[in-house]
Amino acid sequence: MKIEYYIFLSIALFCIGIAGVLTRRNAIIVFMCIELMLNSVNLLLVAFSKMHYAANVATNANAGIDAQIFVFFIMVVAAAEVSVGLAIIVMMFRNTHSVDINFLNRLKH
Amino acid sequence: MVVISKNPVHSVLWLVVTFFAISGHYLLLNAQFLFIVNLIVYAGAIMVLFLFVIMLINLNSDTEPKKNKWLKLAGIVAGGCLMLVLVAALKEAEKKGAIAQYNSGNIGLIKNLGQVLYTDYVVPFEISSVLFLSAMVGAVVIGKRD
Repeated sequence: MKIEYYIFLSIALFCIGIAGVLTRRNAIIVFMCIELMLNSVNLLLVAFSKMHYAANVATNANAGIDAQIFVFFIMVVAAAEVSVGLAIIVMMFRNTHSVDINFLNRLKH
Repeated sequence: MVVISKNPVHSVLWLVVTFFAISGHYLLLNAQFLFIVNLIVYAGAIMVLFLFVIMLINLNSDTEPKKNKWLKLAGIVAGGCLMLVLVAALKEAEKKGAIAQYNSGNIGLIKNLGQVLYTDYVVPFEISSVLFLSAMVGAVVIGKRD
């Protein structure tokens, strides 16, 4: 499969995530859009890893394995981020009884 | 679908569908370990966490805030413009025509990944374990306060 298809699929997923973050007010959905963007990056990393492997397998049998390790670390960081972020959202809901992120603009005052 | 669903539960379910599709791509690219990890961690654990929180705080449709129409349009236009620019920039990329191989290679197997992870990347691995510990403590501390 050509690498361009993966690039364009990842761009599409990433831009859907961006549009979601910009348009929705619900904090949980904003959070899910961030997950979507992280996953598009992961997909692109795996595709590039296989591309690198296909190009360099003759000289190095482990070519491209670093990218998959990076994807693993991105998943680790995403899991930690989700646990903390959801705790923050629950606390925010307890205080304001809403998940509208516009409530957060009182940090301005 | 994740973005346009009114109900957050539907949104989560569509996100699970998206993650399954991405996992299918991993399997096609012969990254079996990442396929399993993606299924278990993302489609399993994280999505269950999201569903749990949504059910816990009991969102119904009247808590969905009123949106400004122009703001929404501006967001969509901004996302579309970014996509347009990236596609236009990458259409003539240098690596055009390079192949991401299907069904070949064994770098995605647990054996090879594990060897590299525990030799070359052992320090980042330990740091990520510390990160997890601090995230766990942080989540408990934030959630505990009344």
